[in-house]
Amino acid sequence: MKKLLAILLAVCLMAGLVACGETATTETTETTETTEAVAGAFKIGGTAPLTGPAAIYGTAVKNAAELAVEEINAEGGIQFELRMEDDQHDAEKAVNAYNTLKDWGMQISLGSVTSKPCEATSTETYADRIFALTPSASSTATIEGKDNQFQMCFTDPNQGSASAQYIADKALATKVAVIWKSDDVYSKGIYDTFMATAPGLGIEVVSDTTFVDGNDTDFSVQLADAQANGAELVFLPMYYTPASLILNQANAMGYAPVWFGVDGMDGILTLEGFDTALAEGVILLTPFNADSEDARTAAFVAKYQEKYGEIPNQFAADAYDCVYAYKQALEAVGATADMTAEELCDLMIAQFTTMTYDGITGESMTWDASGAVTKDPKGMVIENGAYVGLD
Amino acid sequence: MNIFDSLISGISLGSIYAIIALGYTMVYGIAKMLNFAHGDVIMVGAYICFYTFTGGLMSFLPAVPPYAAILIAVVVCTLLGMLIERLAYKPLRTAPSLAVLITAIGVSYFLQNAALLLWTSNPKVFPSFFNFGGNTNIELGGLRISYVTIVTIIVSAVIMVALTLFTSYSKTGKAMRACSEDKGAAQLMGINVNTTISITFAIGSGLAAIAGVLLCSAYPTLVPTTGSMPGIKAFTAAVFGGIGSIPGAMLGGLLLGVIEIFSKAYISTQLSDAIVFAVLIVVLLVKPTGLLGKPIREKV
Amino acid sequence: MKLLTNKTTRSNTITYAVVVISFVLLQLWSGAGMSSSLKGMLVPICAYVVMALSLNLTVGVLGELSLGHAGFMSVGAFTGTTAAMALAQSIPSDGLRLAIAMVVGALFAAIAGFLIGIPVLRLRGDYLAIVTLAFGEIIKSIFTNLYVGFDGGLRVSLLSNQTGIADNDLIIRGPMGIGGITKISTFVAGFVLIMLTLIVIFNLVNSRSGRAIMALRDNRIAAESVGIPVTKYKMMAFVISAALAGAAGTLFGLNYSTVVANKFDFNTSILILVFVVLGGQGRMLGSIIAAAALTILPEVLREFADYRMLVYAIVLILVMIFTNNPTIKGFFTRLFSKKQEGGANQ
Repeated sequence: MKKLLAILLAVCLMAGLVACGETATTETTETTETTEAVAGAFKIGGTAPLTGPAAIYGTAVKNAAELAVEEINAEGGIQFELRMEDDQHDAEKAVNAYNTLKDWGMQISLGSVTSKPCEATSTETYADRIFALTPSASSTATIEGKDNQFQMCFTDPNQGSASAQYIADKALATKVAVIWKSDDVYSKGIYDTFMATAPGLGIEVVSDTTFVDGNDTDFSVQLADAQANGAELVFLPMYYTPASLILNQANAMGYAPVWFGVDGMDGILTLEGFDTALAEGVILLTPFNADSEDARTAAFVAKYQEKYGEIPNQFAADAYDCVYAYKQALEAVGATADMTAEELCDLMIAQFTTMTYDGITGESMTWDASGAVTKDPKGMVIENGAYVGLD
Repeated sequence: MNIFDSLISGISLGSIYAIIALGYTMVYGIAKMLNFAHGDVIMVGAYICFYTFTGGLMSFLPAVPPYAAILIAVVVCTLLGMLIERLAYKPLRTAPSLAVLITAIGVSYFLQNAALLLWTSNPKVFPSFFNFGGNTNIELGGLRISYVTIVTIIVSAVIMVALTLFTSYSKTGKAMRACSEDKGAAQLMGINVNTTISITFAIGSGLAAIAGVLLCSAYPTLVPTTGSMPGIKAFTAAVFGGIGSIPGAMLGGLLLGVIEIFSKAYISTQLSDAIVFAVLIVVLLVKPTGLLGKPIREKV
Repeated sequence: MKLLTNKTTRSNTITYAVVVISFVLLQLWSGAGMSSSLKGMLVPICAYVVMALSLNLTVGVLGELSLGHAGFMSVGAFTGTTAAMALAQSIPSDGLRLAIAMVVGALFAAIAGFLIGIPVLRLRGDYLAIVTLAFGEIIKSIFTNLYVGFDGGLRVSLLSNQTGIADNDLIIRGPMGIGGITKISTFVAGFVLIMLTLIVIFNLVNSRSGRAIMALRDNRIAAESVGIPVTKYKMMAFVISAALAGAAGTLFGLNYSTVVANKFDFNTSILILVFVVLGGQGRMLGSIIAAAALTILPEVLREFADYRMLVYAIVLILVMIFTNNPTIKGFFTRLFSKKQEGGANQ
């Protein structure tokens, strides 16, 4: 029996090796393609957490990218073929997913959705000379020292200093509490620059507390600390899921400071079952506003909602912009789908550093040679369950 | 944060751990297996309750009042628990315990990913069932306690007492204890071991549904991975109190919650998990079978 | 052929042969037409194989359940990678630096194993398991809050960066882990590590100490009563297992440009345990095959798109049931032996 088991396992392994090791046959038998194969289409791919705790961000990016590709393909003109692979928010799986995409023949990349996986895949795309524009991996490490890595979102440090600047400029508060996620690159990146900038602007950080993955449901201690130290404003550099719990628990304990969030806070109003009254008065810096009057944004939100039954968040908007930015760039250089990834890479680097792009997450965006985007964060305040521009 | 506030926060967190730990310890005590899928049954219970309450589970079903939603969740989870036991664990009754452990992990992955496909990764905010007169809190001598905490403590105490009485006095309960002592001997005495273990899973999973509702009432974000970390913490709590011991699970859960909150409040929010686990290790070194666990007798 | 008559020697030889032949075949294939997907997995497969082998030493040979094995991998990954980065200037040869890094990783993991072993090995059964889980979580927590920099000497601080080195120049940056790693792990290095691991384990198991360790597993009281020092031998197996895991961690860490402590959590420990249980406790070849097969499986399942992890879970459950259920086992054994008879008759 033991022998039989060993043989069975070994056979499975061989089958797996062969299935995984073959390059030539995969293209025709692929079932995971997110959009239909189109003749003469650019192969665009990316890795995203589609399962596991970060699945919400990956799914948003996948959905929006899919939507953008369908729209563009329907127009005629430039055609895209999109494939998103699951990376489970893990660097190792992201590299595996990236290699699968490379075997598929990916020409241009959407990088990875989350920062750490993107840091790992960007090293690969850099070495393989495949151009990458990540919608949402915001840490500086993803673009640092890599000429062909670009971002659609702000870098984390940018957000930290912009937030501090904003709080000081509008004289929102002088005593500030920060609650941040200590095992998260995104949160840590914003926290670090916020802490570096704030004192110089006359902001005193009176309470500095953290939480980690798996210990992100009870915030009574952090909130009590902020309250006891007389914080008038609480800065929340985190995503909206824990933020919704913080608002909820603060309300239960009768603590009502000014809440200040960053782009990760966007999405809180669309949480199913969330009492938006709790988010009343929350200020956040975000490049995207799903309630915007802007015609393109409204059309995007309507289509997204019709197709996926949800209101898109900022991850989705960034991904949508990525695909359209690619369209604009490819059209501008007159690229054709038979070009190699390497040829496209050089064209894209030249194009992205010189072009200006108007999207739903910002007007007249530009990129510098480092790959970081320049666009204006918009200050938003939540009033009556909707964003209202502060400026 | 003053010491009383910390204590109350600790007890409210601890009572949630306690109620999950009761389910863990029940299954471990009788079936002698670590059911790592317990946390995920909790998540399923919370989803069922959420959707029956909001009326989104199936389009033809109407929205129901909270008590009915909780009841439906308990029934569904009880059936789910029996189904899992029948399909995944029963074929492995004579297999080594490690094989069962791995299967339980497989079940846990399965439930999480099925929930991801069925209910998507978008978080749901759980409705607050426990507000009376529009208030979620009650003021007691300057201290603010939420109703959820009070309900959780009462419910877990009631369950603890009920389970103790059930296993001590009822016929099925006695059969359970017999199976726990020695399956072979129990069978010889005419006890149907398979049925008894099935009932154990049914009870454990029903409890999981209640735990899910209370967990999500206290911390109202519901995602497919909601159950996994509280599951592990509650498992720790069960071991802390002496796994297999029903009052032990309750005590372990409460202590774990209090230690967690105190280490966050007075030592470091960054290292609170490490401190909780360090305390666990120290306790196990002093009492190798947990606080209320029976000492293991060794036979040569 | 005298060598091959001994059953243990024969099975060990087969294991070595399988590893060497697989290595040669894969190495040839990777030179000619292997997909990038598989090529990218060769090093992590090697790391997971070593992890499975080393855990099999604790679970299969020593007979104690450990749920925190990824903790040792983490120690190895962080210390080994730090060593490699700190030595980048002084040792230009990649191979040598990798070897030194692995030794450093193994050494630190062994120290961690020893320190953890002192309390852990006093406990038994499920209580021992939960304490290893606790240590795994504590190690994760520490590395998430550790800041290490190198400016000629090592500067270490906990909780916040007090090293006096700018954040960006640190090697370990707390929650951000290690970034900007130069990837120096190779498949050849992975193969060498697997061979070394096998040599260490087989020699240990076949030695006097190994027999003492297995005696402890089979009947601790009987072993104790004939004068086998329990703590010494348990500790020996545990520390060796930790050291091997540390080396595997270094190999893994140096294969990616970034490594974070959260990677080595409870789920990774469980994954490695799955390899061991599926491959068979105490059976090294089984661990090797199971680790390789289960690392590749999720990649093959990419065909299932959204249903991938669901299918993975179902496969896991079915495999456990099929390999452990007495009825099904009996059915296959009969089927198999009939086939053999049929073959003999023809």
